[in-house]
This record gives sequence, C-alpha cells and structure tokens, in this order.
Amino acid sequence: MQNSQTSDALLVSNYIKGDEYALELLIKKHKQSIYGFIFSKVRDRDVTEDIFQDAFIKVIKTLKKGKYNEEGKFLPWVMRISHNLVIDYFRKNNRMPKFDNSGDFNIFSVISDGALNAEKVIIKEQVQKDVRRLIEELPEDQKEVLMMRMYQDMSFKEISERTGVSINTALGRMRYALINMRKVIEKHNIILTN
Amino acid sequence: MAKLYSKNPKSEKLNPKDETISFILNYSKALKVTTYKNITFEAILN
Repeated sequence: MQNSQTSDALLVSNYIKGDEYALELLIKKHKQSIYGFIFSKVRDRDVTEDIFQDAFIKVIKTLKKGKYNEEGKFLPWVMRISHNLVIDYFRKNNRMPKFDNSGDFNIFSVISDGALNAEKVIIKEQVQKDVRRLIEELPEDQKEVLMMRMYQDMSFKEISERTGVSINTALGRMRYALINMRKVIEKHNIILTN
Repeated sequence: MAKLYSKNPKSEKLNPKDETISFILNYSKALKVTTYKNITFEAILN
C-alpha cells in the first residue's frame, strides 16, 4: 500500500513536470476502481463515461495549475471529485427529470394528442367531401332519408312523420341508399378511410 | 439442465472505453496553463 501511494505521488510529480506518460499510467492504474465507483452510483454506462471523463479533466486542470497538494491520497482525491460530479449529475437530473422511453411501455401512448394532425384533418375533409358527392348521386327519396338520419340525427319514426311514409319504407330507403353508395364506392375504388 | 440465457453481470469488467481514455490523454497533451501575475490562462493547443 505504501509503495502504491509513493508510486502515485511520483507519477503525479512527474506529470506536473511535464511527463504525459505518467498520467497514462495513473489512469490505467485506477481506471477500474474509479469507473466502477461512478457506475455503482449512476448505473448507466454512458453517464459513467461522461463523469469519468469530466473527473479526469478536473484532475488535469488542477494538476497543471499546480493547485494539487500531494498528501499521498491521489485515488481518494479523484474519488472525491467523481463523487461530487455524481451529485451534480443527480441534482441536474432532479431539476429536469428525464423519462426513459426505452422499455416496453411507451409514454406517448398515454400523452398522445387526441387532436388530428394537419394531414389527417385534410384527409378527413376529403373523405367527408367524397361522401357528400356520393350522397348527391342517390335518388331523391333515398337521399332525403339518409340526410335526415345521418346528418340531422333523426329517428326513423321522426323521418316517417316528416316524409309521410311508413317506418318500414324509411328503413328500406335507408338500406337501399347504403347499398347504392357501397356499389358506387366499389365500382370506382373510392377509399374512404382516414 | 436448463440453459441460462441471462448475462452474468459479474463477468463484465467495468472499464472506461478506450476512446474516453484517449480523449483524456489528448486533452492533457493539448491543455496549456499559463500563469501571468496571479492570472491563470488555459489554452487548448491543437
């Protein structure tokens, strides 16, 4: 242990003097414990990489500025820096919580906007226009019943009273209206779906 | 015996990526700290 600390102190001292290889040795020596320490807190590989990198950037800056006090505690010092960065990370994430959308559950299935988007609005308008044109092609008696039923939301009883025909006749006209519309749709391959 | 398809987390070694190490070492080589009358300047030299 004593030897390891002395060796760290020597490497740090060499690095401050300009030996870049000393830093490489220090990183190689401690990377696993520092990386493992950060990962044990954040549990995310990418975040761990970021914090590991930031920790060593701080280490490099401090050493190059000559602000490091050699007390034979290089590793605990780097650990402390890493620990502080982990705290910063959690603080930042608490302020701005992220939702992990990688699982089976899709948040957008819950918070999706019920309103139609611009494209769907146009399609809907087009479909309604096509249906209106189909209705215009129907014989007058069928058209009358269908308009009352579908657009004025009248019951067949009300329709029969208004048009002066029996309920059965109104029902029949409605049925024929739908059959005729389907025929035209099939004949011309009209697509009426949104 | 049934096969285990789950990964054993203990077998994974926790080590930073080589790119990360390489970035740190390159950063160290590029960083130049100059002090002039109590003012410290940091410069990244490429």
